[in-house]
Amino acid sequence: MASLKDLRIRITSVQSTKKITSAMKMVAASKLRRAQEAAEQARPYAQRMESMLGNLAAGAVGQDGAPALLSGTGKDGSHLVVVMTANRGLCGGFNTNIIRSARQMIRDLQAQGKSFKIFTVGTKCRDNMKREYADYMVGHFDEFGRTVSSFAEAEHISQTVRAMFDAGDFDVCTLIYANFVSAMTQNVTRQQVIPFPIPEVDEGDDAATGGGYEYEPSDTEILTDLLPRNLAIQIFRALLENGASEQGARMSAMDSASRNAGDMIDKLKMTYNRTRQAKITTELIEIISGAEAI
Amino acid sequence: MADTLQLDLVSPAKLLMSESVGMVVVPGIEGYFGVLPDHMPLLSMLRPGVVSVHAGVSDAPAKQFFVDGGFAEVNPDGCTLLVDEAIAIEDLTADNIADRQSAAEERMQSAENDIERAAAERALLVAEEMTSAMAGAAA
Repeated sequence: MASLKDLRIRITSVQSTKKITSAMKMVAASKLRRAQEAAEQARPYAQRMESMLGNLAAGAVGQDGAPALLSGTGKDGSHLVVVMTANRGLCGGFNTNIIRSARQMIRDLQAQGKSFKIFTVGTKCRDNMKREYADYMVGHFDEFGRTVSSFAEAEHISQTVRAMFDAGDFDVCTLIYANFVSAMTQNVTRQQVIPFPIPEVDEGDDAATGGGYEYEPSDTEILTDLLPRNLAIQIFRALLENGASEQGARMSAMDSASRNAGDMIDKLKMTYNRTRQAKITTELIEIISGAEAI
Repeated sequence: MADTLQLDLVSPAKLLMSESVGMVVVPGIEGYFGVLPDHMPLLSMLRPGVVSVHAGVSDAPAKQFFVDGGFAEVNPDGCTLLVDEAIAIEDLTADNIADRQSAAEERMQSAENDIERAAAERALLVAEEMTSAMAGAAA
C-alpha cells in the first residue's frame, strides 16, 4: 500500500494537471469563438463563389479550350492529396481522424493502381505521414495563424498547388480537412478541387446551365480568372474550418481531461483519508494494548 | 415588377452587406453599370472602383464602398458581388492610401518577374482609384 506521503504527492500532481488542462480549455474556448466566427463569415463567399462557378462551368464544360483547372487533364491517373491538420496536438482525435482518412484514401488509390503525391499542411500530419510515405511527400506548409488563418496563407498554398498542376505533376487534387459542425462534432471531409466538380444541373433550367447569362468580358476570360481564385478560396475555407475544428476538438478534449482529473483527485483523496484513519486506529490500538499489559 | 433587389456584398473574410436595395451601381471591367430589379442575368468581372447603393433610382447613394476588384453575378432577383476587399468610403483616409501607394511602388521596384510586376501594377491602380474615389466622396 502506498504511503501517505506518496499519496499526497500524487494528489498534488494530479491537481496541477487539472489546472493545466482547465486553463487550456479556457484558452481553446476563447480561440474557438474567434475561429468559429471567421469560419462562419467565410462560408457565404465560398458558397456563392461555388454556385457562380457552377453556373458558368456548366455552360463552358466540353467546349474546346476550357481551362484545365475546370475540365482536368483528361486523366485521373495521378492524385495530389492535400492533408490539413493542426500544428499542435492535445486536441483529442482531431489530427488522428484526419490522418486516418488520408491513409485510407491513399490505400484506396494504391489499390486502384493510381499514383499519388502528398502535400501536408500542419506539422502534425507531416510528422505522421513521413514515417510511411516520405517518398511521396512533395510539399509542406505550416506557417498559418495560430487562431485564424489569413487569406494570404491560403493564396500561398494555392499558388504552390497550381504551379505543380501547371507542371503536369498531377491530374486530380483533393483536400482533406475537418469541417466544423460544433465544438463536439467535426466531420472529416474530402473535397475535390481540381478539376472543379461541376454540380449536377437540371436540364430544363436555362439559367442553371449558364445559357441565360451575359458575360463581361467573355466567359473564358472570367473562367480563367475565377478558377484560380476559387481554388484559393476553397483552401482558405478549409484552413478556417480546420482552425475552428481544432479549437473545438481541443476544448472538448481538455474538458473531459479536466473532468477525469477531478474524478481521480476524489478517488485519491478517499484512499488518502482511509489510509490516514487506518494509521490512527492502529496507533491507538497499540497504545491501549500497551497500557493494558502494564 | 419587384421594386427592390437583393444585394449581397461578400469578401473572403465576411458577408459585408445583405439587404434589399433599389439600385446599385457597380464598377464593371468594361465600365460602371447600374443594376435595377429584373436585370437580365449577367456575370462580370469588376475593376477597382466604387460600389454605390441607392434606395431608389433618383436618390443619392445611401452607401458607398470602395472595392478592389472581384466578380458580380446579376440575375433578375438580385446581385451578388464577390470582392477581395471592400472599404466603406468614409473609412478611406489619405494616410492609408499613401501607405498603399508607396508599398505598391516599392513592390514595383523589387518585382523580379512579370507576375510580380502585374500584381504591383494592380496594387498601384487600386491606390490611384482610391485617391479618386476619395476625391469624389469629398466633392
